[in-house]
Amino acid sequence: MDKIYFDHNATTPVLDEVFDAMLPYLKEEWGNPSSIHWAGRVPKKAVEDAREKVAAFLGCSPVEIIFTSSGTESDNLGIKGLAYAKKKKGNHIITTKVEHPAVLKTCKYLEKEGFEVTYLNVDEEGMIDLGDLKESIRPETILITVMYANNETGVIFPVEEIGRIAKEHKITFHTDAVQAAGKIPIDTSSLDVDLLTISGHKLYAPKGVGALFVRRGTRLVPVIHGGHHERNRRGGTENVAGIVGLGTACEIATRDMEKERAHLEKITKRLENGIIERVPDIHINGGGSPRLMNTSNISFEFIEGESILLGLDMHQIAASSGSACTSGSLEPTHVLLAMGKTAELSHGSIRFSLGRTNTVDEVDLLIDVLPPIVERMRSMSPLYAGSNEPVVFKR
Amino acid sequence: MYSDKVMDHFNNPRNVGEIEEADGTGSVGNPDCGDIMKLTLSIEDNKIKDVKFKTFGCGAAIATSSMVTELVMGKNIDEAEDISNDTVAEALDGLPPVKMHCSNLAADALHAAIKDYKEKNN
Ligand SMILES: Cc1ncc(COP(=O)(O)O)c(C=O)c1O
Ligand code: FES
Repeated sequence: MDKIYFDHNATTPVLDEVFDAMLPYLKEEWGNPSSIHWAGRVPKKAVEDAREKVAAFLGCSPVEIIFTSSGTESDNLGIKGLAYAKKKKGNHIITTKVEHPAVLKTCKYLEKEGFEVTYLNVDEEGMIDLGDLKESIRPETILITVMYANNETGVIFPVEEIGRIAKEHKITFHTDAVQAAGKIPIDTSSLDVDLLTISGHKLYAPKGVGALFVRRGTRLVPVIHGGHHERNRRGGTENVAGIVGLGTACEIATRDMEKERAHLEKITKRLENGIIERVPDIHINGGGSPRLMNTSNISFEFIEGESILLGLDMHQIAASSGSACTSGSLEPTHVLLAMGKTAELSHGSIRFSLGRTNTVDEVDLLIDVLPPIVERMRSMSPLYAGSNEPVVFKR
Repeated sequence: MYSDKVMDHFNNPRNVGEIEEADGTGSVGNPDCGDIMKLTLSIEDNKIKDVKFKTFGCGAAIATSSMVTELVMGKNIDEAEDISNDTVAEALDGLPPVKMHCSNLAADALHAAIKDYKEKNN
């Protein structure tokens, strides 16, 4: 049985082209890019070439790119770095309830540091209200941080309008574009965005490398103190191979974007429509909002997500769930709860996130094996209507 | 992540269903994660003649539910009362640490069902 991977929002495989480009920097070109001697020259050039590729991908200048160790670090640097740099101007930050923990926990930390944070609500389709955003702006608001696209539902936020609102009020705007990057075009030259986060491993580069776009003139206090790397904004000898991988992946993403978008749109629609046709009592989470074309988040009533995943795993199919039972914290996903879904529906949510190597055949296999799995789990569920006395869910 | 025994009970759960006019019923929710189990008993001469379960929960919850029904089938009530969540987890060759709480669901449902039976028969 072939392995099928529908979890690309969690991570992506490293493309062969990316791997091949990285390899020299793990072997013969092991020098330190900061060295002035022969060993540093090639790695230094490789880092700067990669910076140009990432900049071209994001529509900015290479000096506006800082390489980091991850999307998480870029979020930390963008948010904390900006907050501390503007502390004298104000202490208020606006974000949403559905951000990735890399943003949410950073904001929570800043609350302990004396900053005030407004967490915007989303509606039941996972969308924020721009009126709410405008109303929450105060004279002391220094930063708006709203993700480009949500990792769980794929819902795309109106970053153009948010940028315009932020600019009008002279507020810095950061967006976590980790999930958008590589899937939809991102152009910082036409967006009023000051800080933008991407991560390598969501766009076919390796884990452990990320970048932060910092618009010229935006001052940041470093989060990682050290040497003069990254123009004094991020200490630490560069992860040369990882950075080269990210640069190559960005180049490929630009090159293949249109083709991949069409492919992903087609197969993800097929998957979603196939499930809608064959499985009753389901909800497409965020289905009423604009979404990334590769993401389908579905709640299956009366059953729990981990058990669905185990059933799929028997067929070597990988996906993920927002269930409390898979979270480690035993809390259902904050994203679906913020959308007003019950704990039960969050429990029964499965995220399918497709990628460039997925095929129509793989989707068709999923559509065939999923309905009996759901039926089997429902036949065991005390919440299911077939039950004599359905138990009322309380939590 | 799960033992072969857990996967076996997950894939081929024993005694799924509900006994009509059960002598004892235990419906419990797991306060940790919100999962739910309903266990029904049929009891004759202090002996568990039949037992069935329905569970809304993770793989470990389903496997422990199935295992607890297997453990109590044919036992007398005192023996069944001695079964704890640890007994169930051990019988499954252990559970991952983050999944230990799931076994409470099965043990709690069993004890609730026995309590229900005792209350009805007093
Ligand atoms: C929206 C979003 N932001 C940030 C991150 C964190 O990126 P990384 O895994 O590179 O730290 C992720 C990935 O999990 C993500 O989906
Ligand atoms: S019962 Fe919910 S995590 Fe196992």
